[in-house]
Amino acid sequence: MSNKKKKNLTPTQQQYQDFANKREVKRPVFKNCIKAFLVGGTICAIGQGISTFYMYFFDFTEQTVGNPTVATLIFITMLLTGFGVYDRMAQFAGAGTAVPVTGFGNAVISAAIEHRTEGFVLGVGGNMFKLAGSVILFGVFSAFIIALVKTILIEWGGL
Amino acid sequence: MLAGHRTWIFEQKPVIISTGTVGGPFEANGNIANDFDILHSDLWMQQDSFEKAHKLLMDEACQKAIEKAGIQKEQVQFFLAGDLINQITPTSFAAKTLGTPYFGLFGACSTSMEGLALSAFLVNGNGANYVLTGASSHNAAVEKQFRYPTEYGGQKPPTSQWTVTGGGAALLSNKGNGPRVTSATIGKVIDMGMSDPFNMGGAMAPAAVDTIEAHLKERGVDASYYDLIITGDLAHIGREVSLDLFKKHEINIDEDKFVDCGLTIYREGQPVLAGASGAGCSAVVTYGHFLNRMKKGELNRILVVATGALLSPLTSQQNQSIPCIAHAVSIENGGV
Repeated sequence: MSNKKKKNLTPTQQQYQDFANKREVKRPVFKNCIKAFLVGGTICAIGQGISTFYMYFFDFTEQTVGNPTVATLIFITMLLTGFGVYDRMAQFAGAGTAVPVTGFGNAVISAAIEHRTEGFVLGVGGNMFKLAGSVILFGVFSAFIIALVKTILIEWGGL
Repeated sequence: MLAGHRTWIFEQKPVIISTGTVGGPFEANGNIANDFDILHSDLWMQQDSFEKAHKLLMDEACQKAIEKAGIQKEQVQFFLAGDLINQITPTSFAAKTLGTPYFGLFGACSTSMEGLALSAFLVNGNGANYVLTGASSHNAAVEKQFRYPTEYGGQKPPTSQWTVTGGGAALLSNKGNGPRVTSATIGKVIDMGMSDPFNMGGAMAPAAVDTIEAHLKERGVDASYYDLIITGDLAHIGREVSLDLFKKHEINIDEDKFVDCGLTIYREGQPVLAGASGAGCSAVVTYGHFLNRMKKGELNRILVVATGALLSPLTSQQNQSIPCIAHAVSIENGGV
């Protein structure tokens, strides 16, 4: 906890927090990293396999194969989420299933399933991007900033 | 009768004449599956939403308790219950089915003992002959409100707890056979500035310790008076912290006699991380498992301390701390 936050606490509260923190089971960060690396790597390898498959059997190039690959991975995620398997895999894999595009798919699909009971418009429509909305917003915003920086550098920096 | 500042001693010793407990599929796989009256194999329970399934849990628990007591539902004078969902709708909707005068309670996961204490007070003061009390929670409905969508793949830390799908109800009366409610200590809201909603046990432990300490002092008994001191849903971390706090406050509590409902309900190996939680947790474990053991004579005097974390998704998003509460009720066998 940051020191700024701690300042607002009474001495008894601070004392207890130190006391409780010692007893708290910490996240096994190193183990989680290894698991995330293995599972995340496997998902990427599957993605690579799908890409190669599309390039080999269909008329795709390395530049155009991205879209159908992502669509296929998200379709698989949709099935796994719907059957209730994805969240169990995620508990094991952590960032391994959250960082690839499948994690983004899962965030959208799980919210859509969850709010189906509130109807299509206010339920599914209103809540589908509850979790993924901020990813889209800040993703687009950072892309805009990077594009701006690039433009400025090219125009005035003479790159 | 009031003893000290916040302990009621019930001279009439209201009797828990019957109980009803309902569980879900995860509980059916658990440690105490035999202590449930009804177990559902599906989280939806043939309903079209989790919230409706949640209401069904409370409905069935109440029906079962009334049925086992062999009375008519019209004979029940008051119904005191609650749950964790916004505006406690599952309980209020169940009260609509029941048609009994109703008090809706909210004490988060401490609701079960809040209800039992108030019901015993009503019966003890001749305010009613039959009072029904209970609490319930539904894993998916509660997760939906407090955390992420059920199927969302987010990794939970080892301190987080699993919300119980279950409903427990108890029927209290001034006469009859069964375990008796002898005293209750009402908790204060205690806030130690903990703000991690994935570590409720650590946040609730000070509240449990405070209430137990007050209870023992005001009732004038030693911790060894009870066969078991049962906390609601402190789980692994909260229990460890409480035991250390007792040592620090120089209260002698036997480690083997300090058990937690959240650690009793599931088997080792079920993926519940630190343990179970939820309003239904203390209700089903106490009204099912522990009262059954009292009826068999394995236990004679228990103190149930249900703990609740009084947060909402809004307060935790605004980085506010988690205020906690614990209510203690003593249940004893025999004697009038």
